[in-house]
Amino acid sequence: MRRNIIFVLMSMEIMFNAVGLAFITGGSRWMQADGQIMFMLVLTLAAAEVAVGLALVLQLYKRFKTLDLDVLSKLKG
Amino acid sequence: MTLELVLFYLASAVAVFATLMTITRHNAAHALLYLIVSLLAVAVLYYLLGAPFAAGLEVIIYAGAIMVLFVFVIMMLNQGNKTVQQERQWLSLGMWIGPGILCLVLFVEVLTLLGSSGQLAGLEVVSAKDVGIRLFGPYLLAVELASMLLMVGLVGAYHLGRPLRDKEQVNEREKDSEVAQLPVYRLNTACCWPRFYSVWVY
Repeated sequence: MRRNIIFVLMSMEIMFNAVGLAFITGGSRWMQADGQIMFMLVLTLAAAEVAVGLALVLQLYKRFKTLDLDVLSKLKG
Repeated sequence: MTLELVLFYLASAVAVFATLMTITRHNAAHALLYLIVSLLAVAVLYYLLGAPFAAGLEVIIYAGAIMVLFVFVIMMLNQGNKTVQQERQWLSLGMWIGPGILCLVLFVEVLTLLGSSGQLAGLEVVSAKDVGIRLFGPYLLAVELASMLLMVGLVGAYHLGRPLRDKEQVNEREKDSEVAQLPVYRLNTACCWPRFYSVWVY
């Protein structure tokens, strides 16, 4: 199992990209511009998400000196 | 099989292979290189699907801006004496030859596309003009929401990315054994934000 938070963020980018590809393909199939518009919204979401996510990565590394996500499981009880 | 169909399947194969390599690498920098190749391959797919504007956005924003953020963070997390040796290791032949070959395939594809009709048979190009007319017509509210989302992301990233204060660091070291109190402490920091701000101003 991967526990590196950088890889988690990268995988989220891959998934966002897959959603965008689906939208573009749909828009291309029916020759409408709506698919590209939804792709641009997905792009905005991905940009905002990666900015906040990478800031969280920096804080995590500053506080715990590791990128292991299991360190953050203390709230589990 | 037309030329565009061959190029489409070739770019698809490059995208799938690069993505598989991304999620199986152990080194974050290696994975990042393959991820950039994957995004470029998807951009070629967008162009073939008749969405040249989306292809440009994919290259500029995804492969350009977002991936540069990732590179910055990965480089920032690797400080210290090991960095020079690590850089040398990262520049070794085995690391960049795979993404380089895939990029070369995509480059040849783009060169081939310049001499052909440019998209798959049976599809029409949805131009940037059509997208803009729809975007600022029926989808105006979505544009406003996207701008607010970007603003929230900007403020949130700025707040989270600020440097740790000395007091906070001391507290962190004291609390190393009982990290369970950390969320409460973070909440206090957020609530007392005006007070900290006034102290900082003075």
